[in-house]
Parts: sequence; structure tokens; C-alpha cells
Amino acid sequence: MAREIGDVILKMEGISLSFGGVKALTNISFDVREHEIRSIIGPNGAGKSSMLNVINGVYHPQEGQVTFRGEVRRDMEPHKAAKQGIARTFQNIALFKGMSVIDNIMTGRNLKMKCNVFHHALHWGKARAEEIEHRKKVEEVIDFLEIQNIRKTPVGRLPYGLQKRVELGRALAAEPSMMLLDEPMAGMNVEEKQDMCRFILDVNDQFGTTIVLIEHDMGVVMDISDRVVVLDYGKKIGDGEPDEVKNNPDVIAAYLGTSH
Amino acid sequence: MSDPRGQAELNTFPRLLMQHAQQRPNRPAMREKEYGIWQTYSWAEVAQNVRAIACGLAELGFKRGDRLGIIGDNRPRLYWSVAACQCLGGIPVMMYQDAVAEEMAYVLQDAEIKFAVVEDQEQVDKMLEIREQCPLLEHVIYDDSRGMRHYADTFLLGLDELQSMGTAHDKSQPDFLDGEIRKGEPDDVSVMLYTSGTTGKPKGVCQTHDAFIQSAKGGCQFDKLTENEDILSYLPMAWVGDHLFSYAQAMVSGFTINCPESGETVMTDLREIGPTYYFAPPRVFENLLTTVLIRMEDASWFKRKIFGFAMDVAKRCGAEILDGKPVSTSDRFQYWLSNLLILGPLKNVLGFSRIRVAYTAGAAIGPDLFRFYRSIGINLKQLYGQTETCAYVCLQPDGQIKLDSVGKPAPGVEVKLAENGEILVKGPMLLKSYYKRPDATAESINEDGYFLTGDAGFFDEDGHLKIIDRAKDVGKLNSGSIFAPNYIENKLKFFQHVKEAVAFGNDRDYVTAFVNIDLEAVGNYVERRGLAYSGYTDLAAQPMVLQLIKECVEEINAQLAADPMMADSQIKRFLILHKELDADDGELTRTRKVRRKFVSERYAVLIDALYSGKSEQHIETDVKYEDGRQGKVSADLKIEEAKTFAPQAAKTAA
Repeated sequence: MAREIGDVILKMEGISLSFGGVKALTNISFDVREHEIRSIIGPNGAGKSSMLNVINGVYHPQEGQVTFRGEVRRDMEPHKAAKQGIARTFQNIALFKGMSVIDNIMTGRNLKMKCNVFHHALHWGKARAEEIEHRKKVEEVIDFLEIQNIRKTPVGRLPYGLQKRVELGRALAAEPSMMLLDEPMAGMNVEEKQDMCRFILDVNDQFGTTIVLIEHDMGVVMDISDRVVVLDYGKKIGDGEPDEVKNNPDVIAAYLGTSH
Repeated sequence: MSDPRGQAELNTFPRLLMQHAQQRPNRPAMREKEYGIWQTYSWAEVAQNVRAIACGLAELGFKRGDRLGIIGDNRPRLYWSVAACQCLGGIPVMMYQDAVAEEMAYVLQDAEIKFAVVEDQEQVDKMLEIREQCPLLEHVIYDDSRGMRHYADTFLLGLDELQSMGTAHDKSQPDFLDGEIRKGEPDDVSVMLYTSGTTGKPKGVCQTHDAFIQSAKGGCQFDKLTENEDILSYLPMAWVGDHLFSYAQAMVSGFTINCPESGETVMTDLREIGPTYYFAPPRVFENLLTTVLIRMEDASWFKRKIFGFAMDVAKRCGAEILDGKPVSTSDRFQYWLSNLLILGPLKNVLGFSRIRVAYTAGAAIGPDLFRFYRSIGINLKQLYGQTETCAYVCLQPDGQIKLDSVGKPAPGVEVKLAENGEILVKGPMLLKSYYKRPDATAESINEDGYFLTGDAGFFDEDGHLKIIDRAKDVGKLNSGSIFAPNYIENKLKFFQHVKEAVAFGNDRDYVTAFVNIDLEAVGNYVERRGLAYSGYTDLAAQPMVLQLIKECVEEINAQLAADPMMADSQIKRFLILHKELDADDGELTRTRKVRRKFVSERYAVLIDALYSGKSEQHIETDVKYEDGRQGKVSADLKIEEAKTFAPQAAKTAA
């Protein structure tokens, strides 16, 4: 494999998060290395989405620290995360339903647009050249994800599986160095899942993007992940390579389900 | 490129290409949509790219007479590879891109292919899968390098690298390729196209430069095609029609080929390009019409009203206007208005605004469907041909369109009928041979040089050829006149109420038929008339249904009577079967064709009843249910007499 897993770029240390009396996460530490596919698994309510939200700064943990590319923080802020190249997708698709696929993916380029609002409003001067450049990037994403046939379709009219793909496209358009994918394959049929796996592996392989992934389908997780973290009731109960995790008795008991 | 002497005679494809590059260097030869924008390649650019690919192949060791496998969607670089291969005196062999690896292995072995140019990773994977079975295969060259980063196999090479190798080679030895092109002869095999193999293993049909150039020239002349045509190339490259329309005719007249972005975007691309020359099988036209009608159902009543008006006008006089026949001024005005309001915009939505000539072939097209497109002003025509004849035997001339004929023999083609009605053809477009199959070649070309098409047909009074059936299914009535079951059955099946039909009459006094009704269509029909029924068998026995089908049969009898060749084939007696013919019961093939022999044995009592003059017959049939259980269906079937028409009388009436 050409893709080589590098140094640790993201380190979560002693993260605890609670909402009032509900402890969502308790003293969780793990790290993510450059170029790897890191999965977070666990039963419903284990705190997986909360963990992603802590990584990109939507939630602010009461305890612990986040180190991203050498910068140590008490917590992350969403706009800083985005600026530093962290993009994400959501469990419940968060696209603009009335806008076309192209426009939705274009929003992923927003942070990279340098011209001021007046230039853009008049589509004048540098703004024009800039838009052409961004549009080219968007078309590359469309080509990559093989969604040419729907580029002008409003997202709300697309089937679920394709909406998920468009959302991945929007995240990709930001040219992130790290992507957080929240259940990218939920509710898909086998074929759609296979396609999505292919795309995730291709993104990881071709662009070297580090991927942090939440997924329920064990087959998928074990196949594509380099390392897996297992959460249960907000606590970390396992961490390691897929095989290691698969054979961890705590994990089996909590998640994969055998007789107690 | 600077050798006018070698290209003095434009009798091979490479020479044609080089001549276009000189004569119209800046005209668009090809367009391809990439990153959402149509990219254009001029003839000069195409020629340059073809040279690079050709020299690259030569560098790899491609020799004269070698076969080059080509697999993929309609991509410019794959068309260029075809031309590059021909420059070197090689034979391109296109394969269906959706075939599974096993089927490709057969062709690769049969054609002894050493080099293959494939589209992408998907095809490369297939090549790697069958590599063991095809020891001759030395090099696989891929067009799209996406996902190919980890394929380190030396057996694989990117088309980009091949082209840069070739460009360097062409620079250092500029005379090499011109020399190779000069060596080409019109009688050399220019392409090998594999037959579909519905009857036995696929056979490689070897066609010469001359055959395809003559066919293409004839076709271009016939339809007055110029360098200004635009065509959308979306049908498989391995199919003879695509090679004729998108390759040979473009090379002959210098028009523009447009490659769609992907299989799913064809409809959008069609609309953006607005081709002037178009080919589609009947089912594409049918799907388009259905989409239009469904969307009209959802439109507001006002829009439906104008749509209805425009359609009525079009039905009344559209086809006549298209054919240049006399039409009253009032009708002309109404058609003009309909065109302004509905027909024009409709054609625009379909991408048909600029169409001058459209063809359909490959299956029987329903008369209503055919008439619809012609009435809205699209010059849709039919043609007849097969792989062995460069898809070029008969064409419908402008202004002389008959729904049930395939037109007149094309320029330079001689068509003759054998004793048994089989169509024999001769002309420059005939195949040279089947690859490595002298036995098959000898079987299909008779000693006088005619190709035996295997189809039966006849010429009508205006010299138009009508295809009636496969020759082996055609029989004779006792009166001596010809009996073509398929012809009659197809006519019946064009009625929406008839799902399937089986006609009998070989060595009999008259023609009879079994009919299967279409449960949905007929069910709808009787429900609207307030009749309840319990299932297929019950529905099929309803007097109202019998009457409905009888009307269909009589309508066909009237049509048949108008045709002197077919007047004796009118259906005298028929019955509606008590069960649907089913592939599970062995009555149909898996592709839903009637197994004539099996059906006539299984229902021998019914056939006897049809010919013995009985008016009712009891039948009990074993059936297999979908879950594998066996059961019996029994019924008393009524046998109906249908009105027949005297040949002459009907003719004057029609």
C-alpha cells in the first residue's frame, strides 16, 4: 500500500462530557494517526456522536484536552476545526434540500473563498475567476463520486443513499485533511454500502485523508478500519486493531452480543 | 501527414482520417463531456492522438494483422484506438463492456488477442481475472487511470504513457506511420465484430475497409449527411450499428461524434447536444413517450387541453406534412400553431429539436409509437441489416415511409428472395468471412455470392421489403401461399389487450390462433364496464372479452386482406387460452419467446378443435406455481369464428 500511516495528529485525553446529570462521556482517551481509518463503535447511546462533536468543537467537554497537530486545547471550536482541515458529515443528513447537488457541494468550498461579498454579489473581477476555480474543484468531486447524472437535481428529490453521497461530496469539497463521518452507511442497502465503502477507501487512499468513522455495520468496520475504539455507556471498553477488538471479551459482551 | 500520394485514394479509414485532418483541421471531430463541460477535439487533434496511440502500440510490438481488443463505453480515446489499430494494419475487436469476464475470455481466445485497450479499473480487473485462460494476452492498456495506482503489474500500461511513448517514436521516425498507412489495402479486414451468439457460440465477423466505407458512403448519400451533423454515440461500440453510424459514417462525411458523460446522463447530454442524426432501439423511443405522457397526466387541465389539441392535430396531418404530401391550409395553420405551443417545446425537452434523420431497428416498433414520433415532426425511419452486412441492407427513403416495411434496398445493395421466402443479399457490404470458421462462412454465403440472412420477407407493390419472420419458422398453407406465424402474432401483440399469441397454419387449410389476453389491460377494460371477474381463467371466458379480441382479430384480417401476399393468412378461428403461457411451464423461453413446438404438442386437443369446426372444447392443463407446487387448471374454451375479408374487396375498402 502506498498510503503509510504516520504520526499521531489528534489526541483526545481524559475527555468527560455531561449534560446536566447525564454523563455522555467519561474519561476517554484515544488518538488518531495521520492517514488512518479510525472507527468508533458502540451500542446506541454509547456516546459516539458526542465524541465526534467534541472533536470538531460542537460540544465542549467539562474535563480533558484535545491536541490537534501539536496544538493543545481545552476544547475545540467548530470554525477552528474547519480552518484546520477537519470536515464532517452528519447522522441525519444536513444538506440544503432545495438546492441542487452542485450548489450543496459548493457550500463546502465556502471557507476557501477569498473575495468579499460585493465582488461575489456582482460576480465581478476576481470573484469570477475564483468561482470558476471552485466550480472546477466541485466538478472533480462530482466526477470522483460518480454523480454526474444528478448534478443539477435538487437534493430533496434524491434517494437517501445518494443524499449521503452528496454529503460526503460536500465534506470532500473542503479538501480536508481529516474527515469525521457519522454513520455514513446507516439505512443503506448492501449495494449502496459497498459503493460507500469503496468511496471512503478511495478518499483515504488517493487524497491521504485521515478518516474518523462511526458505523454500526460490523462487517464494514472490521473490513475497512485500521484501528477501532469501542465505547459503551460513555466509557471506553476497547481500543486496537479490528482483530484485537473482535476478540476482546468486554466488547463481545457489550456490543457484539453473546450469552452472558 | 505530408504524403498526398499515399492518401490519393481514400479507400481505408486511416487515409480518410488523415485527409480530414488536412481538409478540415479545425472542425470538431469529437466532443466529450468532462467535468461538466463539453470538450472538443478537432480533426487535427484526433489525427495527432491517433498517430501517438498507433506509434505507441507499434513500440510495444503490435504487428500488422494483430488483433486489438477494445473494451469500454463510448470514449473518444477508445475510438482513437480503433483508428490507431487500423493505421498499423491491425484488426480492432470491440467487446461489450458489460459482458462478464468469462464471455470476454471466449472472444480473447477466439480472436487470439495479444493487446487490449480497456476503459477503466473495472475492465482491467476482468482482464486480470481471465489472464490465466488467455496466455496470449501480453499487454492491457487502460484509458482512465483512476484507482490504478496500486496496480504494479508490468502487463498493464496507461494510455497516457503509451501516447507519450508514441509521440516520441513519431518524432524520431516520422515516416514510419505514413508508411504503415500506405501499406493498407481496401480489401484488408478493418474490424471484427462478434455476433450475439443467440444461435450457438459467437462468431467473429470480418469486415473490410471497403465494406464499411461503401456502406457508410451509401448511407450518407441516401440521407444527405454532411460534415455538419452531430451524433450522440451512446450505444455499445461492439455493436455493428455504432461502428457504422459513429465511426464509419463520421470518417466518411467528417461529422461530429459526441460521447456522453456516462450511461446515466445520456438523456441530459442528448438535450444539450441536440443531435441532427440519431439512432435508438424501439424501447428507448417507447420509454421517452411514456415519460412524456405520465408527466402530462400531472399537468394542469389547461395544459392538458392544449396538449390534447396539439396531439390531435399532429395525428391528423403531422406525418403527411413531414412526407411533403398535400395538406389543407387550415390544417397547416393548426399544425404550425401546435408546433409553436407544444410540439416544438416537447421536441426541445426530448433533445430532438435539430433532428433531421432518426433511425430505429433491432425489434419491431409498434405502429402507434412510430406514428407518434413522425407526427410530431421527427423524421424517424427504419432500417434493416445485420452484423454480416454492416447493418446496411434496406433503408426507408424520405417521404416514403411505410409502418410495416423496412424500406428499399440501399444504394449498391442487391436483395433477392429465395424459393422459401428467405432474404438473400449481395453487395460491397458483405462480410469477408467468419474468423477461423470457413464452414460457417460457406454455409452463409451461397455459390452465387449471396448472403443468406435467415430472415423471410417479401417485396410489396412499391418495392419495399417487408420482414415477416425467421425463415425457418415460415411454412405454407395448403393453398400454397406463405404462412409466417411471427408476422401475424406480432400484429396481434401490438394491441394492448393482447399479451401473447400463437398462430397455426402450416400444412393446414386456414390460419387459427391462440390468444393470451393482457390481464391488466383487459381487466381495466371490463372493470370500467362494470363487470366483475375472479381471475385470469374467468376473465378469459367472459363474452365481453371474447368480443373485444374478436374485434382485434378482425381488424388484423382486414389489414392482411389488403396485402396480396398475406390475404390467405387471415385468422379464421381463434380461442383465448385459459392460462397465461409461462416460462415455468416450458411454454416460453426465458426471454419470453413462444416455444412453438412445445405449445402445439401440449395443446394438441385445442388445435384439433380449432380445425374440426367444434365451437367448444374442454381442456385440463397441469401448471406449476411459483412456489413449485403442481396444480391443474381446467376450462371449457369457446372457439370463435372471425370475419374474414376477400382480398380484393378489402383492398378497395382500404
